[in-house]
Amino acid sequence: MPTLTIDDIKVEVPEGTSVLNAARQAGIRIPTLCHIEGRDPIGACRVCLVEIEGARTLVASCSQPANEGMVVHTTSGKVREGRRTVVELLLSEHDGDCQVCARSADCELRNLALELGIDELRYQGERTARTIDTSTPALVRDTGKCIMCRRCVTVCNEVQGVGGLFAQGRGFQTVIGPAFGVDLDEVTCVQCGQCAAVCPVGAITERNQIDEVWEALEDPAKTVIVQTAPAIRAALGECFDYEPGTLVTGKMVAALRRLGFDAVFDTDFAADLTIMEEGTELLMRIKKALVDGEKVALPQFSSCSPGWINYMEHFNPELLDNLSTCKSPQQMFGAIAKTYYAEKIGVKPEDLVVVSVMPCTAKKYEAARPEMNDSGVQDVDIVLTTRELGAMIKQAGIDFRGLPDEQMDAPLGISTGAADIFANTGGVMEAALRTAWAIVTDGASFPFPDLHVKPIEGLEGVKTATLKVTGAKGDWAFLEGADLKVAVAHGLGNAQKVIDQIKSGEAEYHFVEVMTCPGGCIGGGGQPRFTTDEVRQKRMEAIYREDEGRELRQSHENPSVCALYEEYLGAPCGEISHHLLHTKYAEKERV
Amino acid sequence: MSGPPNEGHNEGHHPADADQRTIDLKESDMGEEVRQCACCCEEASEEELLERLDAVIDEYQDKPGALIPVLQMAQGIYGYLPEATLKHIATRLRKPYSEVAGVVGFYSFFSTVPRGDNVIRVCLGTACYVRGGKAVLDAIKSRLGIDVGETTEDRVFSLEVARCFGACGLAPAMSIGDEVYKRVRPSRVPEILAKYRETAPVEEGALNVAG
Repeated sequence: MPTLTIDDIKVEVPEGTSVLNAARQAGIRIPTLCHIEGRDPIGACRVCLVEIEGARTLVASCSQPANEGMVVHTTSGKVREGRRTVVELLLSEHDGDCQVCARSADCELRNLALELGIDELRYQGERTARTIDTSTPALVRDTGKCIMCRRCVTVCNEVQGVGGLFAQGRGFQTVIGPAFGVDLDEVTCVQCGQCAAVCPVGAITERNQIDEVWEALEDPAKTVIVQTAPAIRAALGECFDYEPGTLVTGKMVAALRRLGFDAVFDTDFAADLTIMEEGTELLMRIKKALVDGEKVALPQFSSCSPGWINYMEHFNPELLDNLSTCKSPQQMFGAIAKTYYAEKIGVKPEDLVVVSVMPCTAKKYEAARPEMNDSGVQDVDIVLTTRELGAMIKQAGIDFRGLPDEQMDAPLGISTGAADIFANTGGVMEAALRTAWAIVTDGASFPFPDLHVKPIEGLEGVKTATLKVTGAKGDWAFLEGADLKVAVAHGLGNAQKVIDQIKSGEAEYHFVEVMTCPGGCIGGGGQPRFTTDEVRQKRMEAIYREDEGRELRQSHENPSVCALYEEYLGAPCGEISHHLLHTKYAEKERV
Repeated sequence: MSGPPNEGHNEGHHPADADQRTIDLKESDMGEEVRQCACCCEEASEEELLERLDAVIDEYQDKPGALIPVLQMAQGIYGYLPEATLKHIATRLRKPYSEVAGVVGFYSFFSTVPRGDNVIRVCLGTACYVRGGKAVLDAIKSRLGIDVGETTEDRVFSLEVARCFGACGLAPAMSIGDEVYKRVRPSRVPEILAKYRETAPVEEGALNVAG
């Protein structure tokens, strides 16, 4: 445990700690544009320079291990001048367009330049040829703005295991991008947007669809409705300077109404519906395997997260049968809105516009999938990220903080606490278990305190639990005494670990929940920046508070979902459900 | 010729079913066919080449830093690095294709387009540059009708630029294959190239201005 002195503060740190992290431990902030917490240092941006007594030059603190007796200065004139020069050189190669850049307000480079007092551009660097990649529905890459920090490379390779991005070429011609400079739609990119979430500048952003929403809202021939994903309410506040973890559900509803939506609905409704379908599907698979002796694919994998679906299609096509056939809540909502709801209000599906607000960029891709049109027209028309909704509210000049709290509209805005927790890693599983337990035991109380399955909550990468079934009744009596084994993974790298265990026979599960992004949807690629583990934790706690504050906390108790089955769908996994709410997947190229 | 990797060259040379693990390396119904291309592998069938590559990968697979030696040997086997070969290497070394492409693009030694039998390197180091290396390069370009990094259509020549052969006293220098030519003048270029291409068209009068 070396002890070092940083700016006159003595700090003792574990062996191998970087000077940067040692400084953070001592409460000293060192700016950086490439570091990602919990990952090996990248050492690309050189902004984290510090002065170490006895060292010949300034040192990048992210990749310098703290040594015993080291004396470090982080604010000296030499350090300030060094950092300033580094940022000036970054700016010399940067096609900023700051006044009109989507990142202007939260651009880390611009903010650092302001902080360091850079008020003129002394250098004009040679620049790479600027290319703008708009090949995917989800993401836009602008190589002119890229500062080569490689954060996106780190998350795409190390966290997600997708490996879509890497440095191509050398010197001034270097481009961070897919192999040989092709567009994103030609490689295995799953469009999760974690690259966009960590990009310090505007080099990777979501494809902006705000104007499409304005256009729909201003078209008198259209009825425009909106659904908001569970994770939005715990993060949107950050766009308006609320602390991470502030719930703004009521203000969000009020803002959406003021933007002019004809009805404000909740993806939570469709999440409850998903549980009815996906829980029933799971029980049917288990019954087929155990009672009927049929060969069925187990474990069943959850299918709510579109980045995960893309990942499976590219990387594990032999396991596509294991994916639940259930569409995601977003797509279930669209299919129900343009059939059941459109009939109810007497509007033709082609005159109904469904807008989604999602914490996710891959949802833009999912909505655009050609097979997502079971209502007869495209089921979901436009998808905004949380960030885009924040920007749209600002464009309208709405004083968000001054808004009253309002309620979602019926019937597609009615939901339970089980749907709220879809936002968190482990939440889909917990919601499914709450309802599956009730189905199997014919309504016996759930055997976990306060309905929370603690072993599958939290930020650990892979979580598992085993439930012993007791009190099984009727059709499900065969499950009495059985051990239901479940696993939960978030981040695709962690998901692959579970898949490898399953493939090697090292582990056996009945149901596996995977969310593409670390922390689940609350840490999605479309959420306000910057998402650290501390921010993830706060948003997750907010989501659990939302769940616990509800009267109804189990999906099968949702009165609007019950009415939907009675009036329209019949039974879960019935014929109409099969047509509207389920889908299939197709293998994609692996390399 | 500097088009996308794999363009035109290796199509139609793939025997079917060379290896279960390969992706995209095989083209069904082509059957056993011997490569006729002009790179350094005329004699071996695609299947034999793949066997050689797989033997290299088997040897390096679990060693750290395997990628660069495997690429180097793959280029030795195929004469260049076709797209399908790179994807095969990425799959078998469990490396992202973007990383493999990044490494190939970083080192000028690696080429994703077929190279000619004779690689011409014109030195543009300081001494050669000031003594007319650029003019030599221009003469070769116009004589062969290709740019730096390209290969002639008959795949006899590829043209590259080099930095210093250590022959500064004899500048400007160029090399073709292992042969180094010193104090080259633009006017000598047609004569030098003619040695490597029996059927090379020699323009009327071009040799008369030899200096």
